[in-house]
Amino acid sequence: MSDTPEVEPEGGIVAELEHMTEAERAAHEAEVAEAVAPDREIAVEVGDTLLELRDVTMRFGGLVAMDSVSFSIKRGEILGLIGPNGAGKTTCFNAMTGVYRPTSGQVLLEDRPLGRAKRHQITHRGIARTFQNIRLFGEMTALENVVVGADARHQTSVVGALLRLPRHHREEREAIDRAMALLEFMGIADRAADKAKNLPYGYQRRLEIARALATEPKLLCLDEPAAGFNPAEKDELMGLIRKIRDDGYTVLLIEHDMRLVMGVTDRIVVLEFGKKIAEGLPAEIRDNPAVIAAYLGVPDEEDTDGAA
Amino acid sequence: MTSDEIIDLVEMVVLVAVLVAVGKLFQRSKASGRLGEWWNSKSRVEQWAWLVPLIAVVVLIPVINPPFLTTEPGTNFPITMFNCALYALVALGLNVVVGQAGLLDLGYVGFFAVGAYVAALFTSPDSQLSKIPYLWTLPLAMVVTMFFGVVLGTPTLRLRGDYLAIVTLGFGEIVRLLATLMPPLKGNVGFQDVGHPPGTKADGGALFANTNGTPWYMLTIGIILIVLLLVGNLERSRVGRAWVAIREDEDAAEMMGVPVFKFKLWAFAIGAAIGGLSGSLFAGQVSFVNNQKFDVPTSVLFLAAVVLGGSGNKVGVLLGGFVIAYIPFRFTALASYKYLIFGVALVVLMIFRPQGLLGARQRLLARGRQAYQRLIGRPEQLSSDSSLVAEKAGDSA
Amino acid sequence: MHHLITYLADAPWITFNTGAFSDQFWASTFDGLTYGSIYALVAMGYTLVYGVLQLINFAHSEVFIVGVYATVFALNAMGFGPSPVYPPMVVLIIDLLVAMVAAMIASGLTALILERVAYRPLRKRNAPRLVFLITAIGASFTIQYLIFVWRGGSNAEPATIMFVPDPVFEVFSTIIDSQQLTIFIAAIVLMVVTDQFINRTKFGRGIRAVAQDPDTATLMGVNKERVIMLTFVIGGVLAGAAALFYLMKVPQGASFNGGFVLGIKAFAAAVLGGIGNIRGALLGGLLLGVVSNYGVTLLGNSSWTDVVAFVVLVVVLMVRPTGLLGESLGKARV
Ligand SMILES: Nc1ncnc2c1ncn2[C@@H]1O[C@H](COP(=O)(O)OP(=O)(O)OP(=O)(O)O)[C@@H](O)[C@H]1O
Ligand SMILES: [Mg+2]
Repeated sequence: MSDTPEVEPEGGIVAELEHMTEAERAAHEAEVAEAVAPDREIAVEVGDTLLELRDVTMRFGGLVAMDSVSFSIKRGEILGLIGPNGAGKTTCFNAMTGVYRPTSGQVLLEDRPLGRAKRHQITHRGIARTFQNIRLFGEMTALENVVVGADARHQTSVVGALLRLPRHHREEREAIDRAMALLEFMGIADRAADKAKNLPYGYQRRLEIARALATEPKLLCLDEPAAGFNPAEKDELMGLIRKIRDDGYTVLLIEHDMRLVMGVTDRIVVLEFGKKIAEGLPAEIRDNPAVIAAYLGVPDEEDTDGAA
Repeated sequence: MTSDEIIDLVEMVVLVAVLVAVGKLFQRSKASGRLGEWWNSKSRVEQWAWLVPLIAVVVLIPVINPPFLTTEPGTNFPITMFNCALYALVALGLNVVVGQAGLLDLGYVGFFAVGAYVAALFTSPDSQLSKIPYLWTLPLAMVVTMFFGVVLGTPTLRLRGDYLAIVTLGFGEIVRLLATLMPPLKGNVGFQDVGHPPGTKADGGALFANTNGTPWYMLTIGIILIVLLLVGNLERSRVGRAWVAIREDEDAAEMMGVPVFKFKLWAFAIGAAIGGLSGSLFAGQVSFVNNQKFDVPTSVLFLAAVVLGGSGNKVGVLLGGFVIAYIPFRFTALASYKYLIFGVALVVLMIFRPQGLLGARQRLLARGRQAYQRLIGRPEQLSSDSSLVAEKAGDSA
Repeated sequence: MHHLITYLADAPWITFNTGAFSDQFWASTFDGLTYGSIYALVAMGYTLVYGVLQLINFAHSEVFIVGVYATVFALNAMGFGPSPVYPPMVVLIIDLLVAMVAAMIASGLTALILERVAYRPLRKRNAPRLVFLITAIGASFTIQYLIFVWRGGSNAEPATIMFVPDPVFEVFSTIIDSQQLTIFIAAIVLMVVTDQFINRTKFGRGIRAVAQDPDTATLMGVNKERVIMLTFVIGGVLAGAAALFYLMKVPQGASFNGGFVLGIKAFAAAVLGGIGNIRGALLGGLLLGVVSNYGVTLLGNSSWTDVVAFVVLVVVLMVRPTGLLGESLGKARV
């Protein structure tokens, strides 16, 4: 049932944007950026270690998906996590966000171990992610999806919602405003009212980022956000990721497209077969023989792995 | 088949066909069916302006006793209407669990039974407990069933969803067995003269006598309106959104910061409380409680009410509750087939129309209407499907 | 509230009959094993279907009860009735085998029809799991009340006695009778055959492949639809066999909703052993049979057996949700 009404928006901010003067538009964008920027305390200074993996090992039966992996992410940087298919990148995200508990090793956020924290508690502590296979709430509208993310920062209790206490009203208003700003920021506000499952693919990918940003993360983890994008869309996404960082977020990015990774990241960590094989500046990684071997050395490796 | 059965069958089919047609009318969001769109375009105030007279008609139905709808001489019409309202309330409660949070509770009758026994134990002269006024048993029943809900939900809601179904099924059966096995609950003998609200008629008899369905009906409708309001408040809050998110993708919801277990437990407990409330209303009207009326088939009827009306849609499930209770009273020749009819209906609905008579139409944002208007100048696309409609291919992985 | 608690606690409604329990310990154990092997056979149906489709087939209890009716009718046609008849041993065995085959066919067919009519359309549409569960409930209900309408009410069929149990031998000064022995041995043999079938044959490999990864299995040329049908049929056939044994134990067992409680117990047994795990179903069934029989002896009223079985289920789910032997037919699911 994809009966998306193909009507042009009749009014509202999105339509007005078309008729705004440069100055008005700039003012509006500043407003949006203001609303998008996170508003919370981070224990570490810009440039200090925000998240650290210490000897994280992840075993599935006999398979070692992560083998004693250690690296850290500094507040304010964009860190790329790359590696051939099946290298353990997504597993790394899963270990960081509580989907799996590491077989051994530790993940520390702001110098405090995540330990046995539950998934939603980890989100609370400030890690948000997107998914390699899009996982939106299909029956909800785009706006509602983002508001669910924003709800993570809210305290309205069941009783408060039942009786519509003042806090409920305040938080509801804040959540909607923030969600609207995020949709505009990601450039998908024109479809805010559509169900997530009816959105075009590119919109869904960007909606996932908006939803993750809504939780006001200290660290935003993007799992192949540009998968399936054409070069123009990839450029646009690169710009967005930079803007996100400039707004005060720290970004961990998994991506296969080398042009995008080299263009946007500050530093890169390379995994292969669950092991970290290199870490450094994009230029260093580009010339690192181990990395070149991993990607090119065995010419048909990526193809065979790709089928799995 | 006798001619009575055939007449009833034909009439029932006509009734259901009309309901399906109305449902379709509401659902069509484009072109022809303007009704749903028209309704959605109204502001809350305007909607209430339409709703108030409608509610007035609904409240007065037992007094009006309209010709085609009446169940007399078979069954007293106000009594029928009370039962319909009661099932509607039950469906409203079960909908919180099944429709909104997507948890399959097959032991809902257990909570209903607990509510009924609370009313009986605290008001019937056959019970040795100290008595309290009947109306106090309504909130008390809610508290007690909520407690049962939490006790049952705590170990099971952490598990895979489908285990919940079988555990609740067992729970419903256990409540019935305990009512039989525990002497203080008086098994088949039961409790006579369960209390009722105060008030006398002009002739001096009790207003809420068990032969007088109208006041019971009106009381239940009043309660339904309050519950509807409160449940609606929940739906348009972070609680309702959390439920839908859990229903759609539990893992993703948790990683977006939704405390999944906590909100599942709330859904379960709120559903239980409404079930308990209905149980104590039932006990009051029938004025007699024993172990005979709380079997698993009744649980399945409750589920059928939710599914028939449109799992997830508050108004839909009210309608579903009405229909499920109404059919056996109105089409008495078919009464002995009622379980068969509803069993087949469940399968057929799931295969051909899982969204029920009316699909789910959930608004999940408080003042969302204005937000959408401000942002893009048009209202949102309501989820016209329900939790029960197939995912698109590929989403299932 | 306090008043209520003392009121319920004062009443001597629960007594622990420890004397009877120690006296009848071995008798309850052996009888429990007999019931347990019936649970185990029915549990196989739940476990196989769950392993392949991740679906609790609520209607499996009705697949079973159809088998019970088929047994009754087959036996009545061969002259068995409320009072025992004493045919020669060979004739008796043949008669029972014929009845069992009849039940297997009836149950197997029911399972097959169920799969085709109720579940397959949903699979085609890729329906959410809630829809499958509700359909299963609806189907279970439909079959129950078809029987209800057909038999003109809720009365159970008159008893059908197959043979009068004779003592065979004695262990721990407790007599084992021919009925217990027949049921136990036959059930174990059937389970072992099934286990071998699943683990050794090409068909069995197909079932395991689909359980592990339906998409890859399909890519590798396994006919998924056929495997699913086969799974339902095997489950149904075993339920049919269970029906015969059940009727031996409970001669008046054919009633329209007679499968319900047994179904819950069998499901509990499957979960107890580890759902999806065939050997787990056997272990779980036997264990549940014994434990709930202990419960009955201890509490002195057979109505408690259901309560005990249910409590066992909840406790197992709390302590070890993957069951005693772990889930195996399928992959570990998060
Ligand atoms: N839950 C699991 N159970 C068993 N094995 C798993 C599980 N999750 C991941 N793996 C295995 O761990 C390895 C690493 O997988 P992972 O998804 O992390 O790779 P990736 O680097 O994200 O690859 P891609 O670029 O294809 O996304 C793979 O061999 C995968 O099959
Ligand atoms: Mg990956």
